[in-house]
Order: sequence, then structure tokens, then C-alpha cells
Amino acid sequence: MIVSDLHTDDLRDLYRDLILDHARNPRHFGKLARTTHSAEGINPLCGDKLKLYLDVDSDEIIKEAAFEGSGCAISVASASLLTDTVIGLSSIDAMAFFDAVTSQLAGDERGNGKRVDLGKLRALAGVRDYPTRVKCATLAWHALKSALRQDTAPASTE
Amino acid sequence: MTQARQLNAGQTAVAACRSDFPALDQDVNGHHLVYLDSAASAQQPSAVIDAMTRYESHDHANVHRGVHTLSHRATDAYEGARETLRGFINAASTREIVFTSGTTESINLVAQSFCRPNLGPGDKVLITHLEHHANIVPWQLVCEQTGAELLVAPINDKGEIVLDALYALMNDEVRLLAIAHVSNALGTINPIKDIIAEAHAQDIPVLVDGAQGVPHMQVDVSDLDCDFYAFSGHKMFGPTGTGVLYGKEALLDAMPPYKGGGDMILEVSFSGTTFNELPYKFEAGTPNISGVIGLGAAARYLEKIGMQQIESWECELSEYMTQRLSGIEDIRLIGTAAHKAGVQSFLLGDIHPHDLGTILDHQGVAIRTGHHCAMPVMEYFGVPGTARASLALYNNFDDIDRLVEALEKAKEIFA
Repeated sequence: MIVSDLHTDDLRDLYRDLILDHARNPRHFGKLARTTHSAEGINPLCGDKLKLYLDVDSDEIIKEAAFEGSGCAISVASASLLTDTVIGLSSIDAMAFFDAVTSQLAGDERGNGKRVDLGKLRALAGVRDYPTRVKCATLAWHALKSALRQDTAPASTE
Repeated sequence: MTQARQLNAGQTAVAACRSDFPALDQDVNGHHLVYLDSAASAQQPSAVIDAMTRYESHDHANVHRGVHTLSHRATDAYEGARETLRGFINAASTREIVFTSGTTESINLVAQSFCRPNLGPGDKVLITHLEHHANIVPWQLVCEQTGAELLVAPINDKGEIVLDALYALMNDEVRLLAIAHVSNALGTINPIKDIIAEAHAQDIPVLVDGAQGVPHMQVDVSDLDCDFYAFSGHKMFGPTGTGVLYGKEALLDAMPPYKGGGDMILEVSFSGTTFNELPYKFEAGTPNISGVIGLGAAARYLEKIGMQQIESWECELSEYMTQRLSGIEDIRLIGTAAHKAGVQSFLLGDIHPHDLGTILDHQGVAIRTGHHCAMPVMEYFGVPGTARASLALYNNFDDIDRLVEALEKAKEIFA
């Protein structure tokens, strides 16, 4: 049986090079010297589990971000891209990215908050066509929201 | 590769049954469906679907209640299914066949009705590291409720129960052994007849979780001499929401009801209630009538093909699957027991099982990915989850070739 190019192309749209790169070589993987905010994210469907650590200063600026855990390529790449994105942002701006990413993955490009330029986070757009995988891509972002709100319960995609 | 295989007449006959399953005849994502997730839920043959449709269209009424014709028909069909299921597992009496919503409810029934009244501090319930959550959590609950302790027998690197260690845990404090017939995550077929004999030598009753046993092999509860045998309809080509608890009559008779309601009573007054006889004592409320009729049709369907023929066919397929998968570079097979059913868990390179599942689905190949509701098994092997291909009577060699091709494609994408 030959897999048609059309379908392989679809898969390449999901597993873009940028995604595979961040999945294989996640940025900011590990713990921080100082953690002011943290949250755990759990996706019970596939067992993805990650911990997000933030160092937020008194001006509400995210000075450092890191994560640990295990998961599929989509969830790890999304977490890695998240840490790359939020370092240096205010917590309000970071939440604007939360809104933009979750809206993009829900197929709603308008977003529901402040407009942001998604930049390389657009690489996650391919996940939109895989409803069962959207939760993998949003897991780290839900953890970000929980961490910034200082929720005590783990963030869940359910 | 597949053409060279010589099949005997029985195996060829089983292979021809594929066309009995309408769901298998469809394209998924532009490719003909290859269904390798029967351990999660098996597809249903037309015989099952038709039996339920016939009942719903012509014979539906409540059972055990009315004097009118439809109620008779419904009762006859429902009780007919009980007799079919009795014969299917060779129980001594239909009084020993309790219809439940599935394996999970069957096990919970035993935990709450057989164990709970008799357990206390110092007592033990024995399970194994191989169990899926349905054969772990009900025992954890009853142990918490009673102060009893849950003991877990170990497994080895092949995914087999370490029998010496299991036997060493058996003593007069153990009130029940609950053990899988076949592991859902790893495919290991446990030597349950020997294990039951060993447990009985110490007066320990045994519950067998047969969810993955009945679809693939002849199960004879009289020969096994198990005290309880639990299984689900939807794993044996019947509908979801159906299942059976087999229990030895003397044990079931002594057990209090599990749920209260209609049908499980003989007489109700506000001063007290007289419970109905077996098996109705355990079937409170209007049951899943059409589901049970479908389950009966599934058992008749399997009997018609012959469980021995099915086992023989699946054994061929399983060997072929192991051989083909072993030939893939960077594959890690998880669960390599000497005696194994058509279930193979694996990991491919550093590709996460969930990604593998998506890539395979894209090519029309349905497998299960994740922890397979057996997180302690995953923990033992140090993996968060696996990809799992599971076979049923309707699979064939081409399905396995398609699986292997799809896995090669996944490697290309992740190269």
C-alpha cells in the first residue's frame, strides 16, 4: 500500500520541523533557581504530565520560565514554545498569549482578548485539525494560567 | 509474504468471518480501515446488531413482569441469552449467571457483596501487578472500607506473574485472589487453572477477570473451578453496557444483594423485604434487555465459528505480528510472555505513543495508545504508556502488513 502524498503532507502540517525540533530539544527544560509560581498540567487521556515553573518579579514580569515532564511531541513542543514566548513578558501579556493560542487551536483566530502576534506559535496551528490532540497542545498553556493565578489544583485538560 | 502461508480449513473459515462485521468495511482517512483495537472494544457482527434490532422492533417489553405476549417474548429472549451464556462458559446452572453492565460492575459486585461483609483488619485481598484498573480499584475501595490490606504479586520483565512469589503470598489471611485471565496491556495468558488449584489448596476463593479471556479462547468455568469469573459483552463482539458475573451457586446464595430495587425482590413491605432467588437477587431494576439479547447473539456467533478455531487462527496471526514487529528497527516490544494472546504493546524509537496513534490513524490503522487502564504495569516497565495493537478473529495478515507499513511511515516523519 502506498500512502498518498496528500496524506503525508497533512501529517507534515501537524508535525512541522519546528514542532519536531522543540519536541526533541525542548528549551528551558528543568527547574529554576527561583520559582515564584508553578503549576502541574495533566492530560488524563494520554498521560501527558508536566510541571511549569515561573520566576515572576515584583513588577509582574516573568523573568524566567522552565518546565519538566513527559508527553507527546505536541505537548512537549508546545511547552517549549511557551517558555520561549513568555520570558520577559508581563503576566498580563502572557495571558494574552494564552487567549491567542487557545483561540487559534479552537479555530477561532479572532481571540477574545488583547491581540498578539503569535509568531512561531503559529506552528501549532496544524493541531487544530486533530480534535483529539488539541488538548496536548493546550496543556502547558492551561498550566501557565493556573500558575499565574496561583491555583493549587493541577491544571487539567478535561 | 502472506500468500505463502498455508492455512487449514478451520483457519480459513475464521478468516472469512471478516465480512460479518459491517464496521470493518469502511475507509478511514482515505484508507481501508485496519482495526487493531479490539482489546479496548471489539466490533459487532451483523448477527448481534440484527438480534438487537429485531428485539427493539418487534419484541420489546419489560421482562419478568407482564402477562402479555410481548413481555413473554422479551422474557424468553432475555432468559434464552442467560442459558446461552451458561453454555458458553459451561456453568452448572443459569442461577450462576448474573447479568451486569460489564466486567467492572461484576468485580465491584464481588468486592462489595462477597468481600465487604467478611473483611476486617488483618485480612488480605491478593491481586497481581498485571491487573487493569477494574481489578485494582474495587479492591482498594473495599480494603479502605474494612481495614483489610491489598497484596500485589510481582511480575517479571516478560510481563509474566512470578508464580513462586504469588504462591508465597497465599496464606490463611487471604480472603480472595483476584487475577486476570489474560493481561489487557501485555497479552500474557496466565496459567489460571494451576493458580486456582494452588489457591484452593489454601482455601482461598478466586475471582478471574476474564474480560480479555472470553473473546479469544474456550473458557470452561467448571473445568477451571474458579469461584467467580467476570467478563464484558463488548470485548466479545457484543454491545457495551453488558457483562456477566459467573459465581458458584453456593457463594452467590450466601451473598447479600448488591443493589436494591425491583426484580430482585419476592415480597416488599415496610417491615422488610424478601429477596428474590438467584440470579435475580443481583439484578435490581429493569435490565439492559436488548444488550443482553445482543450478548447472547454474540456468544452464539462465537460458538458457531468455534472457539478452538478462533484461538488457532489468532495464534497464527499473533505469531506473524510478533515476527513482523520484531523486524522493525528501534522497536521495543513490551510484554513478551511465553504464553500470550494476540495483544502487543510496543514503543517505536523515541516517538511518543500518542503521536504514533495519530500517524497510524492517518493511514487508517486504529490502535490504542496510552496506559491501557493499567498504570502500574506501565510503571513497572518505566514507560508512561505504550502503543498497543490487539487482534480479534476478524483480523488477517494484510492488517499486520498495513500496521508495519504505517509504523515505517511514522519513522520517516520522525526521522
